Amino acid sequence: MNAEVKMMRTAAETQYSDALSALPGAEPIRALREKALRLFAEKGLPHRRVEEWKYTDLRVLLREMAPLAGKPDARAIAEAKKNDLLANIAAREITFVNGAFVAELSNLKGLEKGLTISMLADALAKDPKLPQMLAGLNPSKYDAVFALNTAALNEGVVIDVAAGAHITKPIHIRHIVTGTSPLSVFGRVLVKAGKKSQATIVQSHSGPDAVAYQTNTVLQLSVAEEAELDVVRVQAEGDRAIHLSMTIGAAGRDSRVRSFALTTGAAVSRHTVPFAFAGKGVRAAISGATLLRNKQHADMTLEVDHALPGGESRELFKTVLDDESRGVFQGLIVVRPDAQKTDGRMMSAALLLGEAAEMDNKPELEIFADDVQCAHGATTGALDDDLLFYLRARGIPKKEAESLLIQSFFGEAIEQIENAKIRDAVMNLASGWLAERALQ
Amino acid sequence: MALLEVKNLQAKVEDKEILRGLDLIVKAGEVHAIMGPNGSGKSTLSYVLAGKNDYEVTGGTATLEGEDLLALEPDERAAKGLFLAFQYPIEIPGVASMTFLRTAVNAVRKKRGDEELSTPDFLRFVREKAKELNIDQDMLKRPVNVGFSGGEKKRNEILQMALLEPKMCILDETDSGLDIDALKIVAEGVNRLRAKNRGFLVITHYQRLLDHIVPDVVHVMAKGKIVRTGGPELARELEAKGYAAYDNAA
Repeated sequence: MNAEVKMMRTAAETQYSDALSALPGAEPIRALREKALRLFAEKGLPHRRVEEWKYTDLRVLLREMAPLAGKPDARAIAEAKKNDLLANIAAREITFVNGAFVAELSNLKGLEKGLTISMLADALAKDPKLPQMLAGLNPSKYDAVFALNTAALNEGVVIDVAAGAHITKPIHIRHIVTGTSPLSVFGRVLVKAGKKSQATIVQSHSGPDAVAYQTNTVLQLSVAEEAELDVVRVQAEGDRAIHLSMTIGAAGRDSRVRSFALTTGAAVSRHTVPFAFAGKGVRAAISGATLLRNKQHADMTLEVDHALPGGESRELFKTVLDDESRGVFQGLIVVRPDAQKTDGRMMSAALLLGEAAEMDNKPELEIFADDVQCAHGATTGALDDDLLFYLRARGIPKKEAESLLIQSFFGEAIEQIENAKIRDAVMNLASGWLAERALQ
Repeated sequence: MALLEVKNLQAKVEDKEILRGLDLIVKAGEVHAIMGPNGSGKSTLSYVLAGKNDYEVTGGTATLEGEDLLALEPDERAAKGLFLAFQYPIEIPGVASMTFLRTAVNAVRKKRGDEELSTPDFLRFVREKAKELNIDQDMLKRPVNVGFSGGEKKRNEILQMALLEPKMCILDETDSGLDIDALKIVAEGVNRLRAKNRGFLVITHYQRLLDHIVPDVVHVMAKGKIVRTGGPELARELEAKGYAAYDNAA
C-alpha cells in the first residue's frame, strides 16, 4: 500500500476547482484550461512555507473564492461608465467590466496603422502560436496565480504592434469591477511589440469599496528586437478586494522596456513580475510606488532574469506605509552564465508612517557570470525629524510638511514615467492619497 | 513693549541642563549679539525659541510681542513672526526649492490673514527679493539646499527670511563655514532687512561677523545664562582677550 501525504485542500481550493472546471469552452483554450486546473489541483494555493510566498500566505489570506462574475448587466455598465480613473491621459480605452469586454466603453475605431487589437477568441483563430504564449513563458515553473488565471481563461485581449509601428496614443486597458456583492474576476492581456516598434500600455484596476471581490489578471509582454515599450499600471482596487496579478515580460535584443506600477488599492494584493532578458543588450527599468494605509497588505515580487550579455536593469520601488499596513518587496536578480556585462541595480525604500506598520524587504542576487555589475539596496525608515523641523520652522504646518516629504519620497519613483500626461495623472492620484491622509 | 522677552529660561536635553535661567529683552529695531564659548548654550537658545522638540523647557518664559512662544508649535511661531536662520541648513532631496518657498510663504500668509500669492505673483515676489539681496536665482532650480555650497545655503536662509517677513530674526552662527566674501554678502543681506519694526538676535562665536552686522547690544553667554551685557566694544574686547574669563563664570 502506498502512503500518500497530501495537504488538506482548503475551502477556496475546492471552490476554485469546482467553479473553473464547470466553465464552458472550445479548443484550444479548453486544453490549456484543463492542464492548468490539473496543476492547481495538485499544487494548490501557496502558503508561507513556499519561499516566494513567505510573506503572503494565500491559504490564510484567501479563505474562500468569491462566486464567478457573470456578464455585466446594464446597471453594471452604467456604473462603470462613471469610472474616471486616468480618464484624462488621452488614451485609447479598452474596457473590461467584471471581466467581460464592453464595446460601448471601449474605442477600437480608427486604429493606427500597424496596431491590431483583437479579442482572445478571434486572435486564437488567426495565430497558431498563441496557445503556447498563453501557456506561459516558463511553463516549467508553477505559480498558483498564473495557473488559476489560465484555468479561467475566457475573455482577454491581444494587442499587436507591427514591426516598425510607432503608436503614440497610449492604450489603456481598464479592469473595472462593479456592484455590491463579492465576485471573482479574471483577465488576460497580451501585448506583442514588433521589431523596432514603439507603444505605451496603461493598465488600471478599480472597483467598489466595502465589497470583498477578487481579481486575477495577467499581462504578458512579448517585446521584439529593438522595440521600445512603456507600461504603466495603476492598482486602485476597492478597500476589501483581493488583487492577484502578474506582469510577465520577455524582451528581445536591444529592446527598451519601462514599467511602472502605482499601488494604492485592495485589502490584499500581490503583483509578481517575472521579466526575462531574452536577448542581448536589453535595457529595462522596472519601478513602482506603493501607498498603503489601515490594514492593507501589498506584495511586490520581481524576478529579473538576465540570460544574455549586456543587459541593463534598473529597479526602483518606494513604499509608504501608514497605520497598520504591511508591505512586501521581494526582488530577485538572476544573472546566468552567458549574461556577461550585465549591469543591474535594484533599490527598495520604505517609509514607515504608522507605528504598527511593517515592511518586509527581500532583495536577492543570484549571479553565475563573472563580469557583471550588480547592486541592491533596501532601506526602511521614518520621516526625518530634522527635515520636519526645518519645514515647520518656515511656517509649514505639520501635516503639510509631512506631505511634502512623503511626496518627495515617492515622487522619485513616479518621475520614472516617460509620458508626461500619464506621469501627471499618476502623481495626481498619489497626491490625492496624501490629501486624504492629511484630512485624518 | 519688548519684541522678544525671555525671563529666567531653563531647558534641558536628555536630562542635561543647558539653559539655566536666561534673561533677555530685544526691542523692535534693535540688533543684539550673543557671544560665548562653545557649549555655553547659544544654539540651544535658538532651538528652544524656535520650538525644536528635542529640548524640554523646565522653567521660565519666552514671549514675542507679549504672546507666549513656548505654547506654540514651530510653524505657529514662524507665522507669528519668529525666524531662525539655521547654522546648518538642511538638504531636502526631492523637494523643489520653489515648491518649498511657495508652500512656506503661503502657509505664513494664510495664518497672518493675508491672501495667498498666485504662482505668477509669487515668482515676481521671489525675483524681487533675490535681486535686492544679490542672490542668483539659479540655485532655486535645485531641490532645497541640495548641492548648495556653504555660502549658498546661508544666502538661501537670508532669502527665506526676506520672503517670510518676520518680526524677530535669530541668526545661529551664520558665519560658520563662510569665507569672507560669502560672509559679506550674507551680512549685507541682513543689513538690508534691518528695520524699525524688526529685531535681530545674532549668535556668533567670533567677532568678525559683527564687523559687518554692527549690533546695538552685545551679550556674553556662559553656562546657560547671560553673564555680561555691553555695547559693540564688548565684542572687540572678547576678540582680544578670548572667553577664558567666562569659562568659570556663572
